[in-house]
Amino acid sequence: MTTLSRLTALILAALLALTACSGSATSGSKSLRMTVWTANEAHLKLLNEIAAEYKASHPDITEIKFDSIPADGYTTTLTTQIAGGNAPDLAWILEESAPDFVASGALAPLKGKIEKADELVPSAVRLWEKDGELYAYPFSTSPFGLFVNTSLIKNVPARWTWDQAIAAAASSKGLVLPDFKYQNWAVLSAIWRGWDANAWSDDGRSCGFSSQEMKDAMSFVHKAIFTDKAIPGPGTTVDFFAGNAAMAISQISRAGALKDAEFTWTLMPLPSGPKGDYAVIGQAGVGVLKRSKNAEAAADFLGFFTNEANSAKLAQFFPSVRSSLLNAETLAKSNPLIRPEQLQSVVVDGISKGVVKPSHQGQEELNQTIRAALDPLWKPGANVSAVLDDVCTKIKPLLERK
Amino acid sequence: MTFWTYRRRDNLVGYLFVAPALLGSLAFVLVPLGLVGWYSLNEWNVLGGTFEFIGAENYQRLLADEKLRSALVATAWFAAGLVVLNLSLALLLAVLLNQKLRGTTIFRTLFFSPVLVSLVAWTLVWQLMLQPEGSVNGLLGFLGVDGPNWLRGDTTAMISVIVVQVIKNVGLNMVLFLAALQGVPAPLYEAAKIDGAGPWTRFRRITIPLISPTILLTSIITIVGSLQVFAQIAVLTQGGPGTSTTVLIYYLYQQAFQFHHFGYGATISVLLFVIVAALTLMQWRMRRKWVLHET
Repeated sequence: MTTLSRLTALILAALLALTACSGSATSGSKSLRMTVWTANEAHLKLLNEIAAEYKASHPDITEIKFDSIPADGYTTTLTTQIAGGNAPDLAWILEESAPDFVASGALAPLKGKIEKADELVPSAVRLWEKDGELYAYPFSTSPFGLFVNTSLIKNVPARWTWDQAIAAAASSKGLVLPDFKYQNWAVLSAIWRGWDANAWSDDGRSCGFSSQEMKDAMSFVHKAIFTDKAIPGPGTTVDFFAGNAAMAISQISRAGALKDAEFTWTLMPLPSGPKGDYAVIGQAGVGVLKRSKNAEAAADFLGFFTNEANSAKLAQFFPSVRSSLLNAETLAKSNPLIRPEQLQSVVVDGISKGVVKPSHQGQEELNQTIRAALDPLWKPGANVSAVLDDVCTKIKPLLERK
Repeated sequence: MTFWTYRRRDNLVGYLFVAPALLGSLAFVLVPLGLVGWYSLNEWNVLGGTFEFIGAENYQRLLADEKLRSALVATAWFAAGLVVLNLSLALLLAVLLNQKLRGTTIFRTLFFSPVLVSLVAWTLVWQLMLQPEGSVNGLLGFLGVDGPNWLRGDTTAMISVIVVQVIKNVGLNMVLFLAALQGVPAPLYEAAKIDGAGPWTRFRRITIPLISPTILLTSIITIVGSLQVFAQIAVLTQGGPGTSTTVLIYYLYQQAFQFHHFGYGATISVLLFVIVAALTLMQWRMRRKWVLHET
């Protein structure tokens, strides 16, 4: 019978191991986990320093872990973790998923936890608010600007018009939109806002792609790609940061990639469009997951993470929306690569006047639907007007959905 | 008379021996399969944390979903293209490499090696080669042909995905065919030769019937595999241009993981399961007609 009892013991052990996998460590001492999309060593070092300082004054917090998830597919990974019952305590959230996260009730309210919440620039906070409550702190607000390789293009003015910029790009090595890739159409808002075009109305109910402004703007983009050959066509990758393009539209947080550039460069505000000057910003917020067991402690840490002193430290990588920090002098201290007047025109003016990249509830489904509907546009001789009308036909049911 | 008779004891020991494997498939196959069925009857809002029973609503949506129809069409094209191209190429290579010539081992290794390469690495390299200015078009340019933008054209994108997948996996089917070819008794060919049969007749009347079990096996593996194509689509085309390469499993991924419709995603999985089961059953049934020789 000994063989039998040994086997039984073995099975029991196996079963125990199985159940142990499903359970997790019990609380008592708390540990926090924040999902982030950066794996940059300098970023993580700063985050860990802030966390260490917080832990020193909060002995009940044993660990604050920053969990790097690749930016590509970040939201998908995050929601899969949430679906799998393994939600982080805090999470960085991209502007495009903001409406989904804020509206769904997945995030815990924060207003009482944020130091001097009234000094946050209103236009930058709008996306993260619902019914007067703040659901995520916009820790990074990064305007789009025009990077120009001045080794290739000399004598650049303080600000171009779009026609001038495209002419200059066509006569040199072209203009790239590194994050666009003929997929992430929302990046094009950095161009079409110059025509006063919008993806959809402010209330998000009606489609803006078939508007005359959008048709004019997209005709301009189409011509720049296929007629003027100023923007590389679909399927080709050209790296501005390696010196292979004359200019790039990108967020200023990318300036770090130019630290070791072997060419000279400058940063300009986005060219002015037919409807004048404008600015477009990308944003990221950090929120506390309501489902977290340690939501209270997490919100408390977030308050510390975003207080004035830490915001100032974070601003060297992630431009702050605190009005006290939003000036060229403060920014210059932490952005040695960018000159103060550039910081003023691109960052300070950009954040205070800028429009956030388009976002909507159900953004990812809209993204894919619009991406697919816009595909026929990216070939020579496309009928711009017909394609854009079709985009509206396709997304109308999605915009009208509750 | 004790309860633990030898027979009972033997049975128990037997059950205990299979228990680890059984527990494994219970935990990782049967339970998830059951859960998918259950999820498909619910509306699951991952972010809001709500989970609501909605009965057959997801299945009604399945029937009315136009995008699903286009995904099924894309899947059918992909499967058909893959099976035809893969099996015929694999058989051709196997027949060629079954000759007793010098250097066949090198070619066998060459054609089999892509099977061992990591799928994503393989696909990424092809993505570079298929760029408008990539090496594929460079080669075509050398021959005086102006190559298309492979991954951005409705038809060429599908063709590209199929060909990339065929070259990746044709070696596996080739090896299976080679083994089968070598199992065909040589005296049969000799007898046929004496009877005056030419190479084509020998191939059609002797080789094909005798390797038919392998043809069945490879076609099942290839068709089921074609329904699982994901990484290639995710890397090469992301379902585009338009929705021309959005195959069923990629559509499932979009619905569940990108659009957060987990309940509906589960419903599509059920559909995929039914399709795979039906195809396998059908092929299995047809083996009586196809497979003339079973050991």
